[in-house]
Amino acid sequence: MTQMVVVTVMPKAGVLDPQGQAVRGALEQLGFAGVADVRIGKRIELEIDGDDPAGQARAMCEGLLANALIEDYTVEADG
Amino acid sequence: MTVAVVRFPGSLDHDSARRAVDRLGGRAEYAWHADGELPPGTDAVLLPGGFSYGDHLRCGAIASRAPVMAAVRRHAEAGGRVIGICNGFQVLCEAGLLPGALRRNATLSFVCRQMELEVADADTPWTGGLPSGERLSIPIKNNEGAWYGDPSEARVVLRYGPDNPLGSTDRVAGIASRAGNVMGLMPHPEEACDPLLGSTDGCLVLRGLVAA
Repeated sequence: MTQMVVVTVMPKAGVLDPQGQAVRGALEQLGFAGVADVRIGKRIELEIDGDDPAGQARAMCEGLLANALIEDYTVEADG
Repeated sequence: MTVAVVRFPGSLDHDSARRAVDRLGGRAEYAWHADGELPPGTDAVLLPGGFSYGDHLRCGAIASRAPVMAAVRRHAEAGGRVIGICNGFQVLCEAGLLPGALRRNATLSFVCRQMELEVADADTPWTGGLPSGERLSIPIKNNEGAWYGDPSEARVVLRYGPDNPLGSTDRVAGIASRAGNVMGLMPHPEEACDPLLGSTDGCLVLRGLVAA
């Protein structure tokens, strides 16, 4: 049986996120004042077979899905 | 000298690279991403620019895990010369053969123009014996070209001018491994090897592939 694991990858705090900056500027232009910061990352949904899907997902983050130098990740497994 | 030009799905600049190697008197041989070995007699390796694997996930991330990269790593670890240009630089960083990472340009735009670069380390095979502070005119064309990292972990070989158009740490345009045999740069020396293109300064960089 497969289990859904959601990986979220975000730019590390302190690493400039030009995408987030551009979106923040656009929001401000649209009148959404009070947005102090915007950070943009990615959500990766994995359907994983076998034991310890969360552990497998963490190994995948270390091996490919995230670049530890510039990104942080979190892993959430259902159930 | 035989230079293996590695092609990934989505590589773009392998033909320009081959022409530049030919012009310098070398012999270019294509290697394919799925190959387990480099072509027989490979003396040096060039990873060209482009959008390998569509830049999916992160630029260079998937290519850096391709089968051929194990052979490139063995070549580099044995002291062989390797240069990565643009996407090739991203691949070398993702592979851990060079420190740091390439991030989205601070301008959030694709930047395509001739650049004046400054030689920052004269003591590598990649700057044709030019002294530090010498200028090279070589174009850039990229969207994710801002190098981010700790410059003390590498040898900074080339820097942008004070305007630092992409937002690189320490104005880095190109870095080499401590031993100097592995080089990565965002500018395109293969597009500056023909007088018709306005500059032949790229030859000084690529000569590192064919000079003993």
